Amino acid sequence: MKKGILIFLLFIAWIFLTWPFGKEIDWQILISGIFISIFVGSIFGELFTENPHNFFGFKRYLWAILYLPYWFWYCILANLDVAYRVLHPNLPIRPGIVKVKTNLKSKSGLTALANSITLTPGTMTVEIEPENGYLYIHWIYVKTDDIEKASELIVRRFEKILERIFE
Amino acid sequence: MITFLFIFLIICSFLCLYRISRGPSPGDRVVGIDILGIIVVNFCAIYTFWTKNDFYMNIALSWALLSFIGTLAVSKFLEGKGFDE
Amino acid sequence: MRELISSISMVIGGLFNLFGCIGLVRLPDVYNRLQASTKCVTLGTCFILIGVIISGPISASLKSFLCIIFILITAPTSAHALSRASIKAGISLWEKSVVNKMEEEKK
Repeated sequence: MKKGILIFLLFIAWIFLTWPFGKEIDWQILISGIFISIFVGSIFGELFTENPHNFFGFKRYLWAILYLPYWFWYCILANLDVAYRVLHPNLPIRPGIVKVKTNLKSKSGLTALANSITLTPGTMTVEIEPENGYLYIHWIYVKTDDIEKASELIVRRFEKILERIFE
Repeated sequence: MITFLFIFLIICSFLCLYRISRGPSPGDRVVGIDILGIIVVNFCAIYTFWTKNDFYMNIALSWALLSFIGTLAVSKFLEGKGFDE
Repeated sequence: MRELISSISMVIGGLFNLFGCIGLVRLPDVYNRLQASTKCVTLGTCFILIGVIISGPISASLKSFLCIIFILITAPTSAHALSRASIKAGISLWEKSVVNKMEEEKK
């Protein structure tokens, strides 16, 4: 089943890349796309995902659509923050590496959390310990070095929604 | 408008080149190369906007993926491990 | 009208790229440089590709949509790999840094 999902996604990407708009459909390209996606999917299908049943939960897609504008707003805030710190003549930074705790367990959830943390204001993931759920985070302006308070400030705002998408 | 965008991106490329040539540690140089790779994607997107011709986007897609793989390989090398981990 | 909207989006993207590269030159050590440059250049590239989506012919729009997905997945991942590699290679933090939990735990 993993291989089937991967073959389907690869074929969608192939259609995005080669669909001829306004001309007639070229059957050679479509059939060779089917063969290439079956070949690649049957090689790399085992590496693709952990639990493929998550792809059929319909609520997860709704939460993902809700998550996108929320995340994009924090992304724009992060960019304005970086622009302020870079253009200020005194360079107001106070960097350091802090440790936070998360409740997410699955690998895809941890990856999404780490990527979201990297793109939001002032934080960047340095190291992940997936056994205990600890993340080491480089913070450009350290407000606190306590584990609980730092988790409250950095992780909580994404974790609630990401739990519903990936767990 | 396109002239302004090209001037912005050329200034960006020269700032990256400054960091690549002066960076005190090897990590700094790799950061510069990574950012330079993403700026090439920006150039391809602006050419697409200018000429209304979509084959520059093919270059942009393959350049984004290849620069990602190159950065991963160099960072594994800096870590001192083999490539299969 | 579509040309105007996409031009505005592309100029915003170029400005964000410029801020990111100024940060790449001004900030003191490799971790701060990674932060500033990754955030600003990723969002700037997304704005420029959104401009292509709004203006361009529809095949270029679909390709730049794919390109946005790739950039949003790969850029933070490569920043994470680079920062972890520089920690493992022993590049130290800036001397005015406040706290370093990783070194405290090693002792």
